[in-house]
Amino acid sequence: MRELAELLQTGQVSSTELVIACLEQIKQTDGVINAFLTVDEQGALEQAAQSDARRARGEALSPWDGIPVAIKDNISTRGLRTTCASRILRNYHPVYDATVVERLKQAGLPILGKTNLDEFAMGSSTEYSAFGVTKNPHDPARVAGGSSGGSAAAVAAGQVPWALGTDTGGSIRQPSSFCGVVGLKPTYGRVSRYGVVALAPSLDQVGPLAKTVEEAAALFSLIAGEDPRDATSAGAPAFQVPRWNAAVVQGLRVGVPEEFFSSGLNAEVEAAVRRSLRTLEEQGAVLKPISLATNDYAIDTYLTLVTAEASSCLARFDGVRYGERVAAPDANTMFAKTRGAGFGAEVKRRIMLGTYVLSASHYEAYYEQAQRVRTLIKLEIARAFEQVDVIITPTTPSTAFRIGEKRNPLEMYLSDLYTATANLSGICALSLPCGYDSQGLPIGLQIMGDHYQEELVFQVGRVVEASVERGPKVEV
Amino acid sequence: MKYDVVIGLEIHVALLTESKFLCSCSTAFGAPPNTQCCPVCLGLPGSLPVVNEKAVEYAVKAGLALNCQVHTFSRFDRKNYFYPDLPKAYQITQDTYPLCTDGFLEYYIDDELRCTAITRLHLEEEAGKLIHSGSSIVDSEYSLVDYNRAGIPLIEIVTAPDITSPRQARLFLEQLRLVMRYIGVSDVKMEEGSLRCDANISLKPQGSPVLGTKVEIKNLNSFRALERALEYEVKRQSAVLERGGKIKQESRTWDERAGRTLSMRSKGDAPDYRYFPEPDLPPLQLDPAWVNCLKDTLPELPLARLRRLEESYGLSRYEATFLVNYPDFGDLFLELAKAGEDNTALVNLLMGDYARLAREQGHLAPGRIAELLRIVAEGLITHNQSKAVLEELFRSPLSPREIVRDKGWEVLRDAEQLRAMVQEALAANPDIVSRYRAGEERLWGYLVGQVMRAAAGKADPKVVNELLKEELARG
Ligand SMILES: [Zn+2]
Repeated sequence: MRELAELLQTGQVSSTELVIACLEQIKQTDGVINAFLTVDEQGALEQAAQSDARRARGEALSPWDGIPVAIKDNISTRGLRTTCASRILRNYHPVYDATVVERLKQAGLPILGKTNLDEFAMGSSTEYSAFGVTKNPHDPARVAGGSSGGSAAAVAAGQVPWALGTDTGGSIRQPSSFCGVVGLKPTYGRVSRYGVVALAPSLDQVGPLAKTVEEAAALFSLIAGEDPRDATSAGAPAFQVPRWNAAVVQGLRVGVPEEFFSSGLNAEVEAAVRRSLRTLEEQGAVLKPISLATNDYAIDTYLTLVTAEASSCLARFDGVRYGERVAAPDANTMFAKTRGAGFGAEVKRRIMLGTYVLSASHYEAYYEQAQRVRTLIKLEIARAFEQVDVIITPTTPSTAFRIGEKRNPLEMYLSDLYTATANLSGICALSLPCGYDSQGLPIGLQIMGDHYQEELVFQVGRVVEASVERGPKVEV
Repeated sequence: MKYDVVIGLEIHVALLTESKFLCSCSTAFGAPPNTQCCPVCLGLPGSLPVVNEKAVEYAVKAGLALNCQVHTFSRFDRKNYFYPDLPKAYQITQDTYPLCTDGFLEYYIDDELRCTAITRLHLEEEAGKLIHSGSSIVDSEYSLVDYNRAGIPLIEIVTAPDITSPRQARLFLEQLRLVMRYIGVSDVKMEEGSLRCDANISLKPQGSPVLGTKVEIKNLNSFRALERALEYEVKRQSAVLERGGKIKQESRTWDERAGRTLSMRSKGDAPDYRYFPEPDLPPLQLDPAWVNCLKDTLPELPLARLRRLEESYGLSRYEATFLVNYPDFGDLFLELAKAGEDNTALVNLLMGDYARLAREQGHLAPGRIAELLRIVAEGLITHNQSKAVLEELFRSPLSPREIVRDKGWEVLRDAEQLRAMVQEALAANPDIVSRYRAGEERLWGYLVGQVMRAAAGKADPKVVNELLKEELARG
């Protein structure tokens, strides 16, 4: 990306040429991959032309002015269809830009299009999209992961240099891991959620996906920082791409939680992560075995809270003000039919679960209990960061699974086993490739950092990245 | 059997902030439908609420004026229910940790001071306004919705069930309205919906410690409706109990035209609101110094003013109540009384013709009122003439003295001139004069009137009386 930025700066390549190259790659590959739900060819070309004009006048808005970006389709883009991969919002055109989109536009990034996801970001494979599965560029028989599967696959397939995703329980990191790209779940509150269609507001965060740690850091620098329109971002610092310094790992205390290396973890994944840990140790890091015992409860806690919040957030989709409406003779039937036809099975399942856990007679046993466990998880994480600077784990228990392989929702939910804790505790976490398994599928390594420690996480990530050999090239 | 009546009220007050509770849209009343909306108050996907500090300030002021404990930590919750006037399908409110609790409000029932406990006061957002083509949403061909109102800040005030009569409920609500108006946080107009009230009422055998089954009454759109609906419920519930029946726990609606309450839904149909902490808003944390500062800025409240008017100005309860209930009149009174005007003359003026004229046309400048009182006191004009001058003051920009001079309304005090008029009056009414002399003393007034008429009302009544006495004595 630094190369791209330099090429743009020196005029060796234009934004228009970049956008055309991306569009060309999308045309060639997306028939198979299905990463994009909407490609805004005209809009992107117009924005690219404006960028080129700015560059010609010497008025670039940022070093990245003109580098196209893709946006997950649950992030509002003014006038550009935002479906959340749901039939109910099939033709919804937002009247406003999400803050993150506004910020990317202010930095001069042309919006190439909107990427596929599990419907309303509920899922871990992008199989639950109402508009088709996104395929893994490393093996089209396999899932790209999810819910930000479209963004991860688009970056991996070279359709776009970078993209935005959202992460509620692992939805940036897990597909990044499956597709062999770098993805960051920022500290809760560090990036504005204004304009991001909520799945679970207490857990959702927007983050970057890119090919390299440096690129992910650059994209993050464009979106991070307090937004007066999002009260939960109050006090959040902005972010600047740091001066890279491999020496940060000297004396760095790296927590290695045993619970993340136990049964259920694929041996090849474990081997790759341990290899990276050894490399860090060789460079001066101190590995500290730690225990995060509450992780055993993370998925149950996560699901309880996500379904509860989602059931509330999705109640507004009734076919009255926007979205698809199913005609019926009376109002109540119209609401029921609209929701029945508009939502997919997983969304309905979660709405029902969430309604149940919030109901007066079950609130204490489920929702309140989950909040208590969440507090314990936060405390345990806080205690861990008194002893260590970062925590390193595999991102996922396995590499990308086959499309259709996980039929049981409970099995699917376990994809977030190593990632949900970061959302529940609000800390930041980066996933980056740390090798490939015997089938040539990327393996992801997760670096968790304390609140607002993105810079450290990126620094460590860059050291890990440098030590990992480049894997098999993606063939599409 | 005799029953004790137990009433508790749940009151909603729309706060008079310029912008809405959770977005920056205007709250102005009466704009064309759906012109004061944005992604936030329309609940568009992805939009987020941000709390308007002014709304918090107003709610805190209301809490302080109601003698509440204001909590420096409170929290927002989601109240989930599905209705097309509620854009997000949930209302942002405060359930578990309200802004204020444990207050009270004192007020008079006739001469008796009563105190009603305020259980809680919390902030929440208003819904939109639905207009159905039929009588309700289910039997309408279409319904229209106006989201201008959606997101206006409300405070909900809940009283303890310690009101014991329908009239007391009305007096309480009137006092509450007055307090809200004094502190300027709401225009508290029931007809515009900026003050709304639901009532819970139950009956129990006189003296019994066990509460009866409570019934909730909704759709009370005026003070009169509140009192009438409660009176109706007292009768209805007593009749049911007398028959040996049981009161059903339910919500009832007041039918103004029919003058009765109708069952809306029973307890079993009560919705489950699935409250949970609002994840989009951090808890509300207030600086205690700021709260204290607000406390210091509170104006004098109605009850304190009532006592001051009675004790320091010697006004009757009736007069003081008038001035308290119409704070603009109260302010005017206090300003003029401070300037040294005679309290009795002043309050009589303000409560008399002035009140009617000022309500139609707005108040006069205090200086002009003071001058009017002064020229009456000086005897430049009579009390009767002051009415004409007052009328004129509302029409003309001139000062009272200028009006009197221009109109030639100065009191006629010249004894010779008046004596001639007296003599003329006596000469013109020989019959009356002889009857008066024969003992019909009540005819005195008639004779005075004749002289006054001749003087076009300008004669000094004292002088006329003296002269009349002299002339009659003279035979
Ligand atoms: Zn608004």
